[in-house]
Amino acid sequence: MSGLANFLRRIGAMAVDGVWRLGFATRFLGLVLLYSGQSLRRLPLTIREIYFSGVLSLLIILVSGLFVGLVLGLQGYDILQRFGSSDALGTMVALSLLRELGPVVAALLFASRAGSAVTAEIGLMKTTEQLKAMDMMAVNPIARVVAPRFWGGVISMPLLAAMFSAMGIFGGWLIGVVFIGVDDGAFWSQMQAAVDVRYDVMNGVIKSFVFGVAVSLIAVFEGYDCTPTAEGVSRAITRTVVSSALAILALDFVLTSFMFRGQ
Amino acid sequence: MAIESPELPPLVSLRGVRFAYGEREVLRGIDLSVHRGQVVAIMGGSGCGKTTLLRLIGGQLKATGGTVEVAGHDLAALGNADLYALRRRMGMLFQFGALFTDMSVFDNVAFPLREHTDLPAGMVRDLVLMKLQAVGLRGAAALMPSELSGGMARRVALARAVALDPMLILYDEPFAGLDPISLGIIGQLIRRLNDALGASSVMVTHDVHESLGIVDYVYFVSEGRIVARGTPDEIRASTDPFVHQFVNAEADGPVPFHYPAPAIAEQLGGGVG
Ligand SMILES: Nc1ncnc2c1ncn2[C@@H]1O[C@H](COP(=O)(O)OP(=O)(O)O)[C@@H](O)[C@H]1O
Ligand SMILES: [Mg+2]
Repeated sequence: MSGLANFLRRIGAMAVDGVWRLGFATRFLGLVLLYSGQSLRRLPLTIREIYFSGVLSLLIILVSGLFVGLVLGLQGYDILQRFGSSDALGTMVALSLLRELGPVVAALLFASRAGSAVTAEIGLMKTTEQLKAMDMMAVNPIARVVAPRFWGGVISMPLLAAMFSAMGIFGGWLIGVVFIGVDDGAFWSQMQAAVDVRYDVMNGVIKSFVFGVAVSLIAVFEGYDCTPTAEGVSRAITRTVVSSALAILALDFVLTSFMFRGQ
Repeated sequence: MAIESPELPPLVSLRGVRFAYGEREVLRGIDLSVHRGQVVAIMGGSGCGKTTLLRLIGGQLKATGGTVEVAGHDLAALGNADLYALRRRMGMLFQFGALFTDMSVFDNVAFPLREHTDLPAGMVRDLVLMKLQAVGLRGAAALMPSELSGGMARRVALARAVALDPMLILYDEPFAGLDPISLGIIGQLIRRLNDALGASSVMVTHDVHESLGIVDYVYFVSEGRIVARGTPDEIRASTDPFVHQFVNAEADGPVPFHYPAPAIAEQLGGGVG
Protein backbone atom coordinates (compact mmCIF):
# COMPACT_ATOMS: atom_id res chain seq x y z
CA MET A 1 0.00 0.00 0.00
CA SER A 2 2.62 2.50 1.05
CA GLY A 3 4.68 1.21 -1.88
CA LEU A 4 1.94 2.30 -4.26
CA ALA A 5 1.51 5.63 -2.47
CA ASN A 6 5.24 6.22 -2.74
CA PHE A 7 5.17 5.33 -6.41
CA LEU A 8 2.32 7.75 -7.09
CA ARG A 9 4.06 10.41 -5.04
CA ARG A 10 7.21 10.00 -7.11
CA ILE A 11 5.27 10.28 -10.36
CA GLY A 12 3.54 13.40 -9.04
CA ALA A 13 6.81 14.94 -7.96
CA MET A 14 8.32 14.24 -11.37
CA ALA A 15 5.36 15.88 -13.11
CA VAL A 16 5.51 18.95 -10.88
CA ASP A 17 9.27 19.17 -11.35
CA GLY A 18 8.85 18.89 -15.11
CA VAL A 19 6.34 21.73 -15.19
CA TRP A 20 8.64 23.88 -13.02
CA ARG A 21 11.57 23.31 -15.34
CA LEU A 22 9.47 24.04 -18.40
CA GLY A 23 8.45 27.32 -16.78
CA PHE A 24 12.03 28.21 -15.90
CA ALA A 25 13.17 27.33 -19.41
CA THR A 26 10.48 29.56 -20.92
CA ARG A 27 11.48 32.47 -18.69
CA PHE A 28 15.07 31.80 -19.64
CA LEU A 29 14.16 31.93 -23.33
CA GLY A 30 12.61 35.35 -22.66
CA LEU A 31 15.87 36.54 -21.08
CA VAL A 32 17.94 35.16 -23.95
CA LEU A 33 15.75 36.96 -26.48
CA LEU A 34 15.89 40.15 -24.41
CA TYR A 35 19.69 40.17 -24.47
CA SER A 36 19.99 38.91 -28.06
CA GLY A 37 20.05 42.44 -29.42
CA GLN A 38 23.32 43.08 -27.59
CA SER A 39 24.95 39.94 -28.88
CA LEU A 40 23.69 40.25 -32.45
CA ARG A 41 25.35 43.63 -32.55
CA ARG A 42 28.58 41.81 -31.81
CA LEU A 43 28.14 39.43 -34.70
CA PRO A 44 31.61 37.81 -34.55
CA LEU A 45 30.65 36.06 -31.30
CA THR A 46 27.62 34.42 -32.94
CA ILE A 47 29.55 33.58 -36.10
CA ARG A 48 32.16 31.88 -33.94
CA GLU A 49 29.44 29.72 -32.39
CA ILE A 50 27.92 28.88 -35.78
CA TYR A 51 31.38 27.78 -36.80
CA PHE A 52 31.81 25.63 -33.70
CA SER A 53 28.34 24.08 -33.82
CA GLY A 54 28.57 23.57 -37.55
CA VAL A 55 32.09 22.17 -37.68
CA LEU A 56 31.45 19.97 -34.64
CA SER A 57 28.48 18.37 -36.35
CA LEU A 58 29.37 18.57 -40.04
CA LEU A 59 31.21 15.29 -40.43
CA ILE A 60 28.71 13.20 -38.49
CA ILE A 61 25.83 14.85 -40.37
CA LEU A 62 27.34 14.17 -43.78
CA VAL A 63 28.29 10.57 -43.05
CA SER A 64 24.94 9.75 -41.43
CA GLY A 65 23.09 11.45 -44.26
CA LEU A 66 24.92 9.30 -46.77
CA PHE A 67 24.13 6.07 -44.93
CA VAL A 68 20.47 6.97 -44.43
CA GLY A 69 20.27 7.73 -48.16
CA LEU A 70 21.88 4.40 -49.05
CA VAL A 71 19.38 2.53 -46.87
CA LEU A 72 16.48 4.52 -48.32
CA GLY A 73 17.69 3.62 -51.81
CA LEU A 74 17.74 -0.09 -51.01
CA GLN A 75 14.46 -0.23 -49.11
CA GLY A 76 12.73 2.17 -51.50
CA TYR A 77 13.73 0.15 -54.53
CA ASP A 78 12.66 -3.11 -52.87
CA ILE A 79 9.20 -1.76 -52.06
CA LEU A 80 8.59 0.27 -55.24
CA GLN A 81 9.57 -2.46 -57.69
CA ARG A 82 6.77 -4.65 -56.23
CA PHE A 83 4.37 -2.08 -57.68
CA GLY A 84 6.37 -1.72 -60.82
CA SER A 85 7.16 1.90 -60.05
CA SER A 86 10.86 1.83 -59.31
CA ASP A 87 11.18 5.02 -61.40
CA ALA A 88 9.58 6.83 -58.45
CA LEU A 89 12.61 6.02 -56.30
CA GLY A 90 13.92 9.58 -56.58
CA THR A 91 10.61 10.99 -55.40
CA MET A 92 10.42 8.66 -52.46
CA VAL A 93 13.97 9.29 -51.28
CA ALA A 94 13.67 13.05 -51.66
CA LEU A 95 10.31 13.37 -49.90
CA SER A 96 11.27 11.10 -46.99
CA LEU A 97 14.40 13.13 -46.43
CA LEU A 98 13.04 16.63 -46.97
CA ARG A 99 9.89 16.12 -44.92
CA GLU A 100 11.01 13.86 -42.09
CA LEU A 101 14.39 12.23 -41.94
CA GLY A 102 16.46 15.28 -42.79
CA PRO A 103 15.11 17.59 -40.08
CA VAL A 104 14.56 14.86 -37.45
CA VAL A 105 17.72 12.79 -37.74
CA ALA A 106 19.92 15.85 -38.24
CA ALA A 107 18.39 17.41 -35.12
CA LEU A 108 18.93 14.24 -33.08
CA LEU A 109 22.57 14.10 -34.19
CA PHE A 110 22.99 17.82 -33.60
CA ALA A 111 21.64 17.49 -30.05
CA SER A 112 24.01 14.73 -29.14
CA ARG A 113 27.04 16.30 -30.77
CA ALA A 114 26.76 20.08 -30.54
CA GLY A 115 24.01 20.41 -27.90
CA SER A 116 25.86 18.31 -25.37
CA ALA A 117 29.06 20.25 -26.07
CA VAL A 118 27.30 23.57 -25.44
CA THR A 119 25.82 22.27 -22.17
CA ALA A 120 29.22 21.01 -21.06
CA GLU A 121 30.91 24.27 -21.95
CA ILE A 122 28.42 26.51 -20.15
CA GLY A 123 28.16 24.10 -17.21
CA LEU A 124 31.91 24.08 -16.79
CA MET A 125 32.06 27.87 -17.00
CA LYS A 126 29.49 27.99 -14.22
CA THR A 127 31.31 25.39 -12.12
CA THR A 128 34.60 27.29 -12.35
CA GLU A 129 32.87 30.61 -11.51
CA GLN A 130 33.66 32.07 -14.93
CA LEU A 131 30.06 33.23 -15.30
CA LYS A 132 30.11 34.92 -11.89
CA ALA A 133 33.44 36.52 -12.72
CA MET A 134 32.00 37.86 -15.96
CA ASP A 135 29.00 39.25 -14.11
CA MET A 136 31.35 40.96 -11.63
CA MET A 137 33.14 42.54 -14.60
CA ALA A 138 29.81 44.11 -15.56
CA VAL A 139 29.43 41.84 -18.58
CA ASN A 140 26.13 40.03 -18.73
CA PRO A 141 26.81 36.29 -19.15
CA ILE A 142 23.47 35.72 -20.87
CA ALA A 143 24.35 38.29 -23.51
CA ARG A 144 28.02 37.30 -23.82
CA VAL A 145 27.94 33.51 -23.41
CA VAL A 146 24.41 32.16 -23.71
CA ALA A 147 22.76 34.17 -26.50
CA PRO A 148 25.54 33.64 -29.10
CA ARG A 149 25.46 29.88 -28.48
CA PHE A 150 21.69 29.85 -28.72
CA TRP A 151 21.66 31.71 -32.05
CA GLY A 152 24.61 29.72 -33.31
CA GLY A 153 22.54 26.57 -32.87
CA VAL A 154 19.34 28.06 -34.28
CA ILE A 155 21.12 29.21 -37.44
CA SER A 156 23.21 26.06 -37.92
CA MET A 157 20.35 23.61 -37.59
CA PRO A 158 18.47 24.28 -40.88
CA LEU A 159 21.79 24.37 -42.76
CA LEU A 160 22.85 21.04 -41.32
CA ALA A 161 19.45 19.50 -42.05
CA ALA A 162 19.72 20.68 -45.65
CA MET A 163 23.16 19.13 -45.98
CA PHE A 164 21.86 15.92 -44.44
CA SER A 165 19.05 15.78 -47.00
CA ALA A 166 21.35 16.58 -49.91
CA MET A 167 23.78 13.90 -48.83
CA GLY A 168 20.91 11.44 -48.37
CA ILE A 169 19.54 12.10 -51.87
CA PHE A 170 23.03 11.56 -53.22
CA GLY A 171 23.16 8.23 -51.32
CA GLY A 172 19.78 7.17 -52.73
CA TRP A 173 20.95 8.05 -56.23
CA LEU A 174 24.18 6.12 -55.72
CA ILE A 175 22.34 2.94 -54.76
CA GLY A 176 19.38 3.30 -57.08
CA VAL A 177 20.95 4.61 -60.27
CA VAL A 178 24.61 3.59 -60.06
CA PHE A 179 24.34 0.18 -58.42
CA ILE A 180 20.83 -1.08 -59.14
CA GLY A 181 20.34 0.55 -62.50
CA VAL A 182 17.19 2.67 -62.09
CA ASP A 183 16.95 5.09 -65.01
CA ASP A 184 18.93 8.23 -64.23
CA GLY A 185 16.60 10.60 -66.09
CA ALA A 186 13.49 9.16 -64.46
CA PHE A 187 15.07 9.36 -61.01
CA TRP A 188 15.66 13.12 -61.27
CA SER A 189 12.70 14.17 -63.42
CA GLN A 190 10.14 12.36 -61.24
CA MET A 191 11.74 13.93 -58.18
CA GLN A 192 11.67 17.38 -59.77
CA ALA A 193 8.02 16.99 -60.72
CA ALA A 194 6.86 15.67 -57.35
CA VAL A 195 8.73 17.84 -54.87
CA ASP A 196 6.95 21.10 -54.14
CA VAL A 197 9.08 23.96 -52.86
CA ARG A 198 6.53 25.40 -50.48
CA TYR A 199 4.77 22.23 -49.37
CA ASP A 200 7.78 19.93 -48.97
CA VAL A 201 10.94 21.99 -48.81
CA MET A 202 9.61 24.94 -46.78
CA ASN A 203 7.82 22.73 -44.29
CA GLY A 204 11.03 20.78 -43.79
CA VAL A 205 12.96 23.99 -43.22
CA ILE A 206 10.35 25.19 -40.72
CA LYS A 207 10.66 21.90 -38.88
CA SER A 208 14.41 22.10 -38.64
CA PHE A 209 14.19 25.71 -37.48
CA VAL A 210 11.77 24.71 -34.70
CA PHE A 211 14.03 21.81 -33.71
CA GLY A 212 16.99 24.17 -33.74
CA VAL A 213 15.24 26.51 -31.30
CA ALA A 214 14.22 23.60 -29.05
CA VAL A 215 17.62 21.89 -28.98
CA SER A 216 19.56 25.13 -28.54
CA LEU A 217 17.29 26.31 -25.75
CA ILE A 218 17.54 22.99 -23.93
CA ALA A 219 21.33 22.93 -24.33
CA VAL A 220 21.97 26.45 -23.03
CA PHE A 221 19.36 26.16 -20.30
CA GLU A 222 20.67 22.87 -18.93
CA GLY A 223 24.21 24.26 -18.91
CA TYR A 224 23.23 27.52 -17.22
CA ASP A 225 20.97 25.77 -14.72
CA CYS A 226 23.25 22.86 -13.80
CA THR A 227 24.41 22.12 -10.28
CA PRO A 228 27.94 23.57 -10.29
CA THR A 229 29.80 20.32 -9.63
CA ALA A 230 31.40 17.71 -11.90
CA GLU A 231 28.48 15.40 -11.27
CA GLY A 232 25.99 18.19 -11.92
CA VAL A 233 27.54 18.96 -15.30
CA SER A 234 27.45 15.32 -16.35
CA ARG A 235 23.80 15.03 -15.33
CA ALA A 236 23.02 18.20 -17.27
CA ILE A 237 24.62 16.77 -20.41
CA THR A 238 22.55 13.61 -20.11
CA ARG A 239 19.41 15.68 -19.66
CA THR A 240 20.24 17.75 -22.74
CA VAL A 241 20.47 14.67 -24.94
CA VAL A 242 17.40 12.94 -23.51
CA SER A 243 15.11 15.99 -23.38
CA SER A 244 16.21 17.11 -26.84
CA ALA A 245 15.37 13.71 -28.33
CA LEU A 246 11.95 13.70 -26.69
CA ALA A 247 11.28 17.30 -27.69
CA ILE A 248 12.30 16.68 -31.30
CA LEU A 249 10.12 13.60 -31.73
CA ALA A 250 7.09 15.11 -29.98
CA LEU A 251 7.38 18.40 -31.89
CA ASP A 252 7.79 16.46 -35.12
CA PHE A 253 4.48 14.72 -34.55
CA VAL A 254 2.72 17.99 -33.79
CA LEU A 255 4.24 19.79 -36.77
CA THR A 256 3.59 16.92 -39.17
CA SER A 257 -0.04 16.73 -38.15
CA PHE A 258 -0.47 20.42 -38.98
CA MET A 259 1.62 20.44 -42.14
CA PHE A 260 0.86 17.30 -44.10
CA ARG A 261 -2.71 16.13 -44.53
CA GLY A 262 -2.63 14.87 -48.06
CA GLN A 263 -3.14 17.51 -50.73
CA MET B 1 50.70 53.15 5.59
CA ALA B 2 47.19 54.04 4.62
CA ILE B 3 46.30 57.52 3.50
CA GLU B 4 43.30 57.68 5.76
CA SER B 5 41.28 60.82 5.35
CA PRO B 6 38.67 61.11 8.10
CA GLU B 7 36.79 63.88 6.30
CA LEU B 8 35.87 61.54 3.45
CA PRO B 9 33.12 59.01 4.02
CA PRO B 10 34.23 55.37 3.81
CA LEU B 11 34.27 53.79 0.35
CA VAL B 12 32.49 50.70 1.58
CA SER B 13 30.22 50.63 4.54
CA LEU B 14 28.04 47.82 5.83
CA ARG B 15 25.53 48.53 8.55
CA GLY B 16 23.64 45.75 10.31
CA VAL B 17 23.90 43.52 7.26
CA ARG B 18 22.07 40.23 7.51
CA PHE B 19 21.96 37.49 4.92
CA ALA B 20 20.35 34.07 4.69
CA TYR B 21 20.48 31.33 2.06
CA GLY B 22 16.84 30.31 2.23
CA GLU B 23 16.17 29.52 5.89
CA ARG B 24 19.83 29.35 6.75
CA GLU B 25 21.07 32.61 8.24
CA VAL B 26 24.76 33.09 7.42
CA LEU B 27 25.32 36.73 8.42
CA ARG B 28 23.57 38.14 11.47
CA GLY B 29 24.31 41.86 11.59
CA ILE B 30 27.68 42.90 10.17
CA ASP B 31 29.04 46.42 10.61
CA LEU B 32 32.23 47.34 8.87
CA SER B 33 33.75 50.08 6.80
CA VAL B 34 36.64 50.39 4.39
CA HIS B 35 38.27 53.79 4.05
CA ARG B 36 39.84 55.01 0.86
CA GLY B 37 43.36 53.74 0.36
CA GLN B 38 43.03 51.00 2.94
CA VAL B 39 43.60 47.28 2.58
CA VAL B 40 41.16 45.58 4.93
CA ALA B 41 41.16 41.91 5.80
CA ILE B 42 38.10 39.98 6.85
CA MET B 43 39.06 36.80 8.64
CA GLY B 44 37.12 33.83 9.84
CA GLY B 45 36.93 30.09 9.62
CA SER B 46 35.84 28.20 6.52
CA GLY B 47 32.14 28.47 5.89
CA CYS B 48 31.62 31.47 8.17
CA GLY B 49 30.30 33.55 5.28
CA LYS B 50 33.36 35.38 3.97
CA THR B 51 32.66 34.76 0.29
CA THR B 52 29.04 35.69 0.91
CA LEU B 53 30.19 38.98 2.41
CA LEU B 54 32.30 39.79 -0.65
CA ARG B 55 29.45 38.99 -2.99
CA LEU B 56 27.21 41.32 -0.99
CA ILE B 57 29.76 44.11 -1.46
CA GLY B 58 29.95 43.29 -5.18
CA GLY B 59 26.16 43.41 -5.39
CA GLN B 60 25.85 39.82 -6.62
CA LEU B 61 23.73 39.02 -3.57
CA LYS B 62 21.17 41.27 -1.93
CA ALA B 63 21.30 41.68 1.83
CA THR B 64 18.17 40.45 3.59
CA GLY B 65 18.60 43.21 6.17
CA GLY B 66 20.74 46.29 6.80
CA THR B 67 22.45 48.40 4.15
CA VAL B 68 25.50 47.94 1.93
CA GLU B 69 26.96 51.17 0.60
CA VAL B 70 29.73 51.42 -1.97
CA ALA B 71 31.06 54.80 -3.05
CA GLY B 72 27.99 56.43 -1.55
CA HIS B 73 25.48 54.22 -3.39
CA ASP B 74 23.06 52.05 -1.46
CA LEU B 75 23.32 48.82 -3.44
CA ALA B 76 19.74 47.81 -2.67
CA ALA B 77 18.50 50.94 -4.46
CA LEU B 78 20.55 50.45 -7.63
CA GLY B 79 19.01 49.12 -10.84
CA ASN B 80 20.84 46.66 -13.06
CA ALA B 81 22.43 49.29 -15.29
CA ASP B 82 23.66 51.38 -12.35
CA LEU B 83 25.00 48.29 -10.62
CA TYR B 84 26.94 47.36 -13.75
CA ALA B 85 28.26 50.92 -14.00
CA LEU B 86 29.49 50.65 -10.41
CA ARG B 87 31.05 47.23 -11.03
CA ARG B 88 33.17 48.63 -13.84
CA ARG B 89 35.02 50.45 -11.08
CA MET B 90 35.48 47.29 -9.02
CA GLY B 91 37.74 44.34 -9.59
CA MET B 92 37.31 40.97 -7.98
CA LEU B 93 39.77 38.15 -7.61
CA PHE B 94 37.88 34.88 -7.30
CA GLN B 95 39.06 32.12 -5.04
CA PHE B 96 40.23 29.90 -7.88
CA GLY B 97 41.02 32.68 -10.34
CA ALA B 98 38.01 31.98 -12.59
CA LEU B 99 40.06 32.68 -15.70
CA PHE B 100 38.21 32.15 -18.97
CA THR B 101 39.51 28.75 -20.02
CA ASP B 102 38.85 29.29 -23.73
CA MET B 103 41.06 32.41 -23.93
CA SER B 104 44.78 32.97 -23.65
CA VAL B 105 46.29 34.89 -20.75
CA PHE B 106 46.49 37.96 -22.95
CA ASP B 107 42.83 37.77 -23.99
CA ASN B 108 41.76 37.21 -20.40
CA VAL B 109 43.39 40.44 -19.28
CA ALA B 110 42.18 42.24 -22.39
CA PHE B 111 38.60 41.07 -21.81
CA PRO B 112 37.41 43.96 -19.57
CA LEU B 113 39.18 46.50 -21.78
CA ARG B 114 37.58 45.18 -24.96
CA GLU B 115 34.15 44.91 -23.35
CA HIS B 116 34.07 48.32 -21.76
CA THR B 117 36.29 50.62 -23.80
CA ASP B 118 36.67 51.50 -27.46
CA LEU B 119 40.43 51.70 -27.26
CA PRO B 120 42.30 50.84 -30.45
CA ALA B 121 43.92 47.40 -30.54
CA GLY B 122 47.42 48.78 -30.14
CA MET B 123 46.55 50.59 -26.94
CA VAL B 124 44.73 47.55 -25.54
CA ARG B 125 47.86 45.55 -26.24
CA ASP B 126 50.10 48.03 -24.42
CA LEU B 127 47.76 48.19 -21.42
CA VAL B 128 47.52 44.41 -21.18
CA LEU B 129 51.28 44.01 -21.36
CA MET B 130 51.70 46.66 -18.66
CA LYS B 131 49.26 44.88 -16.36
CA LEU B 132 50.97 41.57 -17.00
CA GLN B 133 54.33 43.20 -16.37
CA ALA B 134 53.03 44.43 -13.01
CA VAL B 135 52.30 40.85 -11.94
CA GLY B 136 55.53 39.56 -13.50
CA LEU B 137 53.89 37.49 -16.22
CA ARG B 138 54.42 39.46 -19.40
CA GLY B 139 56.28 36.44 -20.75
CA ALA B 140 53.23 34.24 -20.22
CA ALA B 141 50.88 36.31 -22.37
CA ALA B 142 50.46 33.63 -25.03
CA LEU B 143 49.82 30.73 -22.63
CA MET B 144 46.42 29.21 -22.02
CA PRO B 145 45.06 29.08 -18.44
CA SER B 146 45.48 25.30 -18.38
CA GLU B 147 49.23 25.78 -18.79
CA LEU B 148 49.58 27.93 -15.67
CA SER B 149 50.41 26.89 -12.12
CA GLY B 150 47.98 27.86 -9.34
CA GLY B 151 50.07 30.85 -8.31
CA MET B 152 50.47 32.10 -11.87
CA ALA B 153 46.74 31.75 -12.56
CA ARG B 154 46.04 33.82 -9.46
CA ARG B 155 48.40 36.54 -10.69
CA VAL B 156 46.81 36.60 -14.15
CA ALA B 157 43.40 36.88 -12.52
CA LEU B 158 44.79 39.75 -10.47
CA ALA B 159 46.01 41.50 -13.62
CA ARG B 160 42.56 41.04 -15.13
CA ALA B 161 40.87 42.36 -11.97
CA VAL B 162 42.88 45.61 -12.15
CA ALA B 163 42.70 45.99 -15.93
CA LEU B 164 40.31 48.94 -15.70
CA ASP B 165 42.14 50.59 -12.77
CA PRO B 166 39.35 49.94 -10.25
CA MET B 167 38.69 52.03 -7.17
CA LEU B 168 37.86 48.92 -5.15
CA ILE B 169 39.45 45.48 -5.39
CA LEU B 170 37.89 42.44 -3.71
CA TYR B 171 39.98 39.37 -3.00
CA ASP B 172 38.45 36.02 -2.14
CA GLU B 173 41.05 33.96 -0.28
CA PRO B 174 43.98 35.09 -2.41
CA PHE B 175 46.39 32.87 -0.45
CA ALA B 176 44.48 29.61 -0.47
CA GLY B 177 46.43 26.66 -1.83
CA LEU B 178 49.64 28.56 -2.68
CA ASP B 179 53.20 27.59 -1.87
CA PRO B 180 55.05 29.96 0.52
CA ILE B 181 56.86 31.80 -2.25
CA SER B 182 53.76 32.46 -4.38
CA LEU B 183 51.97 33.41 -1.19
CA GLY B 184 54.52 36.10 -0.40
CA ILE B 185 54.40 37.37 -4.01
CA ILE B 186 50.62 37.67 -3.99
CA GLY B 187 50.69 39.43 -0.63
CA GLN B 188 53.18 42.02 -1.89
CA LEU B 189 51.23 42.48 -5.13
CA ILE B 190 48.01 43.17 -3.27
CA ARG B 191 49.64 45.93 -1.27
CA ARG B 192 51.62 47.38 -4.18
CA LEU B 193 48.72 47.43 -6.63
CA ASN B 194 46.43 48.98 -4.04
CA ASP B 195 48.86 51.81 -3.38
CA ALA B 196 49.85 52.30 -7.02
CA LEU B 197 46.24 52.55 -8.18
CA GLY B 198 45.12 54.61 -5.19
CA ALA B 199 42.44 51.97 -4.73
CA SER B 200 40.95 50.33 -1.68
CA SER B 201 40.98 46.60 -1.12
CA VAL B 202 38.92 44.11 0.81
CA MET B 203 40.57 40.79 1.31
CA VAL B 204 38.82 37.77 2.70
CA THR B 205 41.16 35.16 4.13
CA HIS B 206 41.97 32.81 6.91
CA ASP B 207 45.70 33.23 6.53
CA VAL B 208 46.54 35.36 9.58
CA HIS B 209 50.27 35.73 9.35
CA GLU B 210 50.53 36.64 5.69
CA SER B 211 47.70 39.16 5.99
CA LEU B 212 48.79 40.91 9.18
CA GLY B 213 51.95 41.97 7.36
CA ILE B 214 50.18 43.84 4.58
CA VAL B 215 46.78 45.09 5.75
CA ASP B 216 45.70 48.25 7.53
CA TYR B 217 42.76 46.88 9.43
CA VAL B 218 41.31 43.49 10.32
CA TYR B 219 37.81 42.26 11.09
CA PHE B 220 37.15 38.84 12.57
CA VAL B 221 33.88 37.16 11.68
CA SER B 222 32.36 34.27 13.57
CA GLU B 223 28.83 32.91 13.64
CA GLY B 224 27.71 35.69 11.34
CA ARG B 225 28.94 38.55 13.50
CA ILE B 226 32.05 40.70 13.80
CA VAL B 227 33.67 39.40 16.95
CA ALA B 228 36.87 41.42 16.93
CA ARG B 229 38.53 44.21 14.99
CA GLY B 230 41.68 46.29 14.99
CA THR B 231 44.91 47.26 13.32
CA PRO B 232 47.49 44.49 12.89
CA ASP B 233 49.36 45.72 15.98
CA GLU B 234 46.21 45.72 18.05
CA ILE B 235 45.39 42.22 16.81
CA ARG B 236 48.80 40.86 17.69
CA ALA B 237 48.53 42.33 21.17
CA SER B 238 44.91 41.35 21.65
CA THR B 239 43.88 39.35 24.66
CA ASP B 240 40.51 38.54 23.14
CA PRO B 241 40.17 34.76 23.41
CA PHE B 242 38.80 34.38 19.88
CA VAL B 243 41.58 36.43 18.31
CA HIS B 244 44.11 34.58 20.41
CA GLN B 245 42.80 31.24 19.24
CA PHE B 246 42.79 32.33 15.60
CA VAL B 247 46.18 34.02 15.56
CA ASN B 248 47.86 31.16 17.38
CA ALA B 249 46.01 28.48 15.44
CA GLU B 250 44.80 26.67 18.56
CA ALA B 251 42.42 23.81 17.89
CA ASP B 252 40.03 24.48 20.73
CA GLY B 253 38.83 27.70 22.27
CA PRO B 254 35.79 29.93 21.77
CA VAL B 255 35.51 28.19 18.38
CA PRO B 256 34.94 24.61 19.51
CA PHE B 257 36.84 21.74 17.93
CA HIS B 258 33.74 19.57 18.06
CA TYR B 259 30.66 20.04 15.95
CA PRO B 260 27.70 20.00 18.37
CA ALA B 261 26.92 16.37 19.26
CA PRO B 262 25.48 14.35 22.11
CA ALA B 263 27.96 13.20 24.73
CA ILE B 264 30.26 10.58 23.31
CA ALA B 265 29.48 8.08 26.06
CA GLU B 266 25.86 7.99 24.89
CA GLN B 267 26.81 7.22 21.29
CA LEU B 268 29.59 4.67 21.75
CA GLY B 269 28.98 1.12 22.91
CA GLY B 270 25.77 0.67 20.93
CA GLY B 271 23.58 2.24 23.62
CA VAL B 272 24.06 -0.55 26.19
CA GLY B 273 22.06 0.04 29.36
N1 LIG C 1 24.41 29.14 -2.86
C1 LIG C 1 24.33 28.70 -1.57
N2 LIG C 1 23.19 28.12 -1.14
C2 LIG C 1 23.08 27.69 0.12
N3 LIG C 1 24.04 27.78 1.06
C3 LIG C 1 25.19 28.35 0.69
C4 LIG C 1 25.40 28.84 -0.65
N4 LIG C 1 26.65 29.35 -0.72
C5 LIG C 1 27.20 29.18 0.51
N5 LIG C 1 26.33 28.59 1.37
C6 LIG C 1 26.58 28.29 2.78
O1 LIG C 1 26.77 29.50 3.47
C7 LIG C 1 27.88 29.41 4.33
C8 LIG C 1 28.86 30.51 4.05
O2 LIG C 1 29.41 30.27 2.77
P1 LIG C 1 30.67 31.09 2.25
O3 LIG C 1 30.32 32.54 2.26
O4 LIG C 1 31.06 30.51 0.96
O5 LIG C 1 31.77 30.78 3.37
P2 LIG C 1 33.34 31.04 3.33
O6 LIG C 1 33.67 31.76 2.08
O7 LIG C 1 33.61 31.83 4.56
O8 LIG C 1 33.99 29.70 3.41
C9 LIG C 1 28.48 28.03 4.18
O9 LIG C 1 28.13 27.26 5.29
C10 LIG C 1 27.86 27.49 2.93
O10 LIG C 1 27.59 26.13 3.11
MG1 LIG D 1 34.79 31.13 0.42
